[in-house]
Amino acid sequence: MSTLPSDKPFALELRGIDKRFGAVHANRNIDLQVPPGTIHGIIGENGAGKSTLMNIIYGFYTADAGDILIGGEVQKLANSKEAISHGIGMVHQHFMLVDNFTVLENVILGAENGPLLKSSLGDARIELERLAKDYQLDVPLDALIEDLPVGLQQRVEILKALYRGAKILILDEPTGVLTPQETDHLFHIFDALREQGVTILLITHKLREILAATDNVSIMRQGAMVAHRKTAETNKEELAELMVGRKVRLKVDKNLAKPAQVVLSTQDLTYTDEMGVDRLKKVCMDIKAGEVVGVAGVSGNGQSQLINALAGLLTPTSGSITIGDTCISAENPSSPDGVRQLSVGHVPEDRLDMGLIKAFSAEESAILGHQNQPNYNGRVMNKPKAITSECVRLMEEWDVRPQDPKLRSSLFSGGNQQKLIIAREVDKNPDVLLIGQPTRGVDIGAIEFIHKRIIELRDQGKGILLVSVELDEIMALSDRIIVMFDGNIVGEVSAEQANEKILGMMMANILPDELSESDAGQATNGGQA
Amino acid sequence: MNDSKIPAWVNIIVLPMLNIFFAFAFSAIIFVAVDVNPLEAAMVMVKGALGYQEGVGYTLYYATNFIFTGLAVAVAFSAGLFNIGGEGQAYLGGLGVGLACLGLDQALPFWALLPITMVTSMLFGALWALIPAYLQAYRGSHIVITTIMFNFIASALMVYLMVNVLKLDGQMAPVSRVFEQSAVMPMFHEIAGWFGWSFSESPMNLSFFIALACCVLVWILLWRTRWGYAIRAMGSSPSAAEYGGINHKKLIIIVMLISGALSGMLGLNEVQGYGQQLKLDFVAGYGFTGIAVCLIGRNHPVGIILASLLFGVLYQGGAELAFDFPNIDREMIQVVQALVVLFSGALALMLVKPTERIFVLWDRKKKSLGKAQAEA
Repeated sequence: MSTLPSDKPFALELRGIDKRFGAVHANRNIDLQVPPGTIHGIIGENGAGKSTLMNIIYGFYTADAGDILIGGEVQKLANSKEAISHGIGMVHQHFMLVDNFTVLENVILGAENGPLLKSSLGDARIELERLAKDYQLDVPLDALIEDLPVGLQQRVEILKALYRGAKILILDEPTGVLTPQETDHLFHIFDALREQGVTILLITHKLREILAATDNVSIMRQGAMVAHRKTAETNKEELAELMVGRKVRLKVDKNLAKPAQVVLSTQDLTYTDEMGVDRLKKVCMDIKAGEVVGVAGVSGNGQSQLINALAGLLTPTSGSITIGDTCISAENPSSPDGVRQLSVGHVPEDRLDMGLIKAFSAEESAILGHQNQPNYNGRVMNKPKAITSECVRLMEEWDVRPQDPKLRSSLFSGGNQQKLIIAREVDKNPDVLLIGQPTRGVDIGAIEFIHKRIIELRDQGKGILLVSVELDEIMALSDRIIVMFDGNIVGEVSAEQANEKILGMMMANILPDELSESDAGQATNGGQA
Repeated sequence: MNDSKIPAWVNIIVLPMLNIFFAFAFSAIIFVAVDVNPLEAAMVMVKGALGYQEGVGYTLYYATNFIFTGLAVAVAFSAGLFNIGGEGQAYLGGLGVGLACLGLDQALPFWALLPITMVTSMLFGALWALIPAYLQAYRGSHIVITTIMFNFIASALMVYLMVNVLKLDGQMAPVSRVFEQSAVMPMFHEIAGWFGWSFSESPMNLSFFIALACCVLVWILLWRTRWGYAIRAMGSSPSAAEYGGINHKKLIIIVMLISGALSGMLGLNEVQGYGQQLKLDFVAGYGFTGIAVCLIGRNHPVGIILASLLFGVLYQGGAELAFDFPNIDREMIQVVQALVVLFSGALALMLVKPTERIFVLWDRKKKSLGKAQAEA
């Protein structure tokens, strides 16, 4: 680090930042130097302390020790307002936008100059048009947020930060909700911002993005900054090893699947929600024993409704679901319990909201859905010892840490919570396993472990449905991939055919037969370039 | 992260104490304003509630009511339901007790009658909670609204019954006849007498022990059975409960029936123990105070016993206070009670943040001190 040219002061420098939350040492003596006008990646597993560090820089938390230097001067950032006044802007993972306000109104919200809205809006419009030109951030200023696709909503967030004079822009996991194409657009915007002298801090756990977009990268592990690298001088394997602290296999080893009989299928499955929106439109698909079927798509295109309908949480509006010999339809509805009895395990997409109960101890969360089973219950009272020993067994088998069944569920890390949930569902030896976002917010070490176990389950002859927003994960695990758009199945590709480009286009509802033509066209384009 | 900030004992002991302290501090200001020495008043209050046997008896008699209604609120609250209908459910429970006593007191001895009155008190209270429960579960009407409305309906129903059906012929007062002595709950001084202990006369009776037993049963229900698991799951995370195959509609009904039954048991103390006849308005706000009791007791049976004792002291000590000081009337006692409710109920969270901060500072100081010592 000391060899970096330092004719200009660093845009941002951290010296010995330390932060504790009770017993948790979230940041240990962090040093970081970010030269101005660069894109700096911060990578680390979940729970490595990235978010805490960013919140300290943004003034949400105060560090217990250490200094923050902005443009070479020590600054005390007591709250986010002060951080903003020093030119720090943040784009959160979950957008902070008012859906029924226009872009313009959202941008000035909280930064109105004076009580009269009209003059603020007028001034803002001129300023935003300038910003949009300078940074190539075209957004329709008078459109309502709810009418914009996520990619554009994200640009609004970036504009908001720039409008407030941000010179250092922090983006926390910005690509989670984007298609691969939208991600590329975002990286182009980064380049334009860098040319204008904006410094960007990109927080992510995706190695590919670090390599594609950044100039320098810092790696965090267990609250400490373990290494700094120039992006050009490193590679995926090295970064992964630094993040986890040991060698990691990024590819999932698997043999060819041997699919057998169909264990679950849907016939024209349709689901209309309370608002009258068709979330699933005549979906026909099946899962065979011994294969992994991946469901890809940009979030919110019916994947969640599909997995929830299969799990008995939603009742089909029309069409049916066949599990084994049982047919579930509007006339013959089932329930989560009913589906569980048909030997279906379900790892829900939203771990914290559904998969476990945050306020419960781990052992209580470890019996959720199976709380009425005779082995946990006497005639009236339950059997605390049986429940505890069961949880200890699951924790041992699945390496859940800390191995404390009495600890509150919310105090485990994401990866360990997820391992406990998957352990619970797999342990009942279901024929069909529905898995939603198995590795969302899970650290690399645990991802490797979970992926390996999913393939093992497949090889034991279970039918597995995998819904994930991570294309890498879908491609690594699935034997067949279904792509959904707006409640429809756009098409299906086999694992061998699938690549990011094909899936990306299908996610944008470009049908496979059109795809084969445009593919050829792009190939020639590629040749010319 | 906030979870690990303060240890449990701060949450369970320090915070409620602080809340109560603030309530008393503000009460002191009011006492000063009417020329009463707050320290003297506090002495009278504590002495009146706990200083002699009759006072203690009264305090525990009041506490009995609060335990029943507090538990009722707690059970519903564990399932995420806010049952404000304790008042009406208790009223109806009392009616159940009264009807059983009036019908059977000449035919049955006490120990045969007791199981019947227990069942009728629970049954009537539970049925009064059933309709709001059904409306919440299957029709989506908010339980807070419906239970409040049912308090008024209960009150109107009782007036009708007392005036038109149960009033004695040739009398103006809307009260039933007094039950046979054999039907009445054994008073505590009698029970003490069986064991050769002489205790001053007070309205405290057997139902105090029934209330304590209910505390144990509620604890077992919530923390040691699969039904309690379902109740707490629904209260903590409705979507996780749904995922876990818990039928929330059925559970709402069951929980409200239990809650209503617990409220209804207030009739055992108030009608079969204290009043010994049916009359109007015997619930007298105990149902509402149960909400405060549950809040201060942090939804836990042990906490509810402690909070019930506190309110027993406030009721009994307050009565003594009004008796001793001409400047203090009943309404002022209610102000003191209201302040306790305000600070431990409505403003319960006000002190959480500051307390947390103080504790974190203190913790850090202790640690740095420890470090300094270790280095030295």
